[in-house]
Amino acid sequence: MSEKVLMKGNEALAEAAIMAGCRHYLGYPITPQTEIAAYMAKRMPKVGGTFLQAESEIAAINMVIGVSSAGKRAMTSSSSPGISLKGEGLSYLAGCDLPAFVVNVQRGGPGLGGIQPSQSDYFQAVKGTSHGDYRMLVLAPASVQEMVTMTFKGFDLADKYRMTVMLLADGTMGQMMEPVSLDMGEVTEYDKSWAVTGTNCERSHNIVNSLFLKPEELEKKNFERYEKYRVIEENEVMYEEYMMDDAEYCIVAFGIAARISKNAIDMARAKGIKVGMLRPITLWPFPKKEMRAIADRVKSFISVELSMGQMIEDIRLATECTRPVYLCNRTGGMIMTPEEVLAKIEEASKGGNN
Amino acid sequence: MAKVTFDKNRCKGCALCVGACPKGIVALSEEINQKGYHPATVTDEEKCIGCAFCATMCPDCVITVEK
Amino acid sequence: MAVVFEKPKALTDAVLHYCPGCTHGIIHRLVAEAIDELGIQGKTIGIAPVGCSVMAYDYFDIDMVQAAHGRAPAVATGVKRANPENIVFTYQGDGDLAAIGTAETVHSAARGENITVIFVNNAIYGMTGGQMAPTTLPGQVTQTSPYGRDTASVGFPIKVCELLSNVDGATYLERVAVNNVKNVKAAKKAIKKAFQNQIEGKGFSLVEVVSTFPTNWGLTPQKALDWLEENMLPYYPLGVYKDKFAEEK
Repeated sequence: MSEKVLMKGNEALAEAAIMAGCRHYLGYPITPQTEIAAYMAKRMPKVGGTFLQAESEIAAINMVIGVSSAGKRAMTSSSSPGISLKGEGLSYLAGCDLPAFVVNVQRGGPGLGGIQPSQSDYFQAVKGTSHGDYRMLVLAPASVQEMVTMTFKGFDLADKYRMTVMLLADGTMGQMMEPVSLDMGEVTEYDKSWAVTGTNCERSHNIVNSLFLKPEELEKKNFERYEKYRVIEENEVMYEEYMMDDAEYCIVAFGIAARISKNAIDMARAKGIKVGMLRPITLWPFPKKEMRAIADRVKSFISVELSMGQMIEDIRLATECTRPVYLCNRTGGMIMTPEEVLAKIEEASKGGNN
Repeated sequence: MAKVTFDKNRCKGCALCVGACPKGIVALSEEINQKGYHPATVTDEEKCIGCAFCATMCPDCVITVEK
Repeated sequence: MAVVFEKPKALTDAVLHYCPGCTHGIIHRLVAEAIDELGIQGKTIGIAPVGCSVMAYDYFDIDMVQAAHGRAPAVATGVKRANPENIVFTYQGDGDLAAIGTAETVHSAARGENITVIFVNNAIYGMTGGQMAPTTLPGQVTQTSPYGRDTASVGFPIKVCELLSNVDGATYLERVAVNNVKNVKAAKKAIKKAFQNQIEGKGFSLVEVVSTFPTNWGLTPQKALDWLEENMLPYYPLGVYKDKFAEEK
């Protein structure tokens, strides 16, 4: 076991990116993720990397496209309104089958919203950041240690599947300090013979492109890409179960909401209520099969989220509406207390109207 | 002595070469190429000085000039 | 007899999709000739825009990236920063570079990115069928300025070289045209210099090429060349707008 160091979530994430071999950070300031940029501005020159503050979120994501096209690991980070601006680039990354690592340290919305923690970009991350048929792999860490491990793994998955991996954090995860181990092991190198590095007049030219004017070709591309997504759904689902062995009620929560829920579960257990939690670590692919199986042995689900109720729709889909799904939520930058979650658990245990 | 060769089926008959020729010996042909255009051609190759003005103005790399 | 003029090696054999007489083809060739003459085909990366020249990636026999509308300089920045030994250029039209991509253009110049930008100004949007561009002349009729560009309502054209000449980070800015043999030869020289600058690490070079669009101007190719001369060149005077290293001599 390696030595642990006390680090802030945003900075731990940035250091993990460097350990993952990322030498190009392209970003634009926005609260509450600016520590990532500030850390990179300090660190990148020391490791022979590039930190570049772009003129906009749009330029930053397109610089990521450039670096990734050239076969190098690249990342950008932002917060909710900035991710909206990056939407265009995220669609092009998908259309070009380029790897990229993108962090969203979510804040409340819509519009300029606020700067306090939120999970209201769930739809944006897992359903549709931008136009066209595509998916991003979405990782939701619930501790500073997971900010590190998910960043390291995120870069690997991005290269492995040639797609965008989004780390969906929130202001709390970013600002929180916890002891972390930075022992991540070796970086796996993937074939990047598709990259634009110059033909050296020895091979036919590589083209990184998302334009397919013939509909039959575009359709073929999309079918191929969705076959890749199917493989990911088969192999890359990550989740954690907490006290689910004998659970009659199942909380589903990710990120900071999952940590609050753990406290509430402990309080409920002390009162004799058999409640547990399924915490998705990958929001896409969503742990659908696991949730469907759980539905056969619990009485109801409770979705705990910092939004008006977004993930709850996926819970209903995954469980095929076989069980009631309660919603325990705060939004706009407000965070629920464990007592509020406990109250919802008690309501569910009494079988109240959801 | 100069030789100018037109890749007939690449030509779109835009005639920019016609206007560029200082000797006035480039013209559009009566025939129709695979694309359906009247391709450019040389009417009197004897007079060609190999200046490559025609090729310089050609947008489609139709013309090769030898000298 | 020796070959004195032929298709450059840095162009593929693909037949260009451009309309008859469209000068994009000439500009493609000049870029390819510069790449050939500088011996950089094997290490040059091109960034294609959105617009008529979107499919430039099929025409240049070099590694290519197709960028989102206006974002080519940002993509080029990424490619160049990733592999500085590569020679990186963007090929952009007026809508791409001077409207939707204005920020990327100005800021890549301001950073002094060591890239080459080939800017084709034909005063109109081509791919979408002839709408008003940021460079459309006052009074010029287009699909979206059917009564002529009314400067009181939609403002004035953007003169890119003049605008960027005030950006300290820019190294070399020249406006050329491809309406006659003499100007084409001058354009070639400027384009080659813009690549040479990058090879020498001199920073941001942009060549604005005043170009024609016979189809959307509603003119024959030859008449389009005359229209360019009579209408565009008075508004967009040719010449070197900035040459940082010449000034230092």
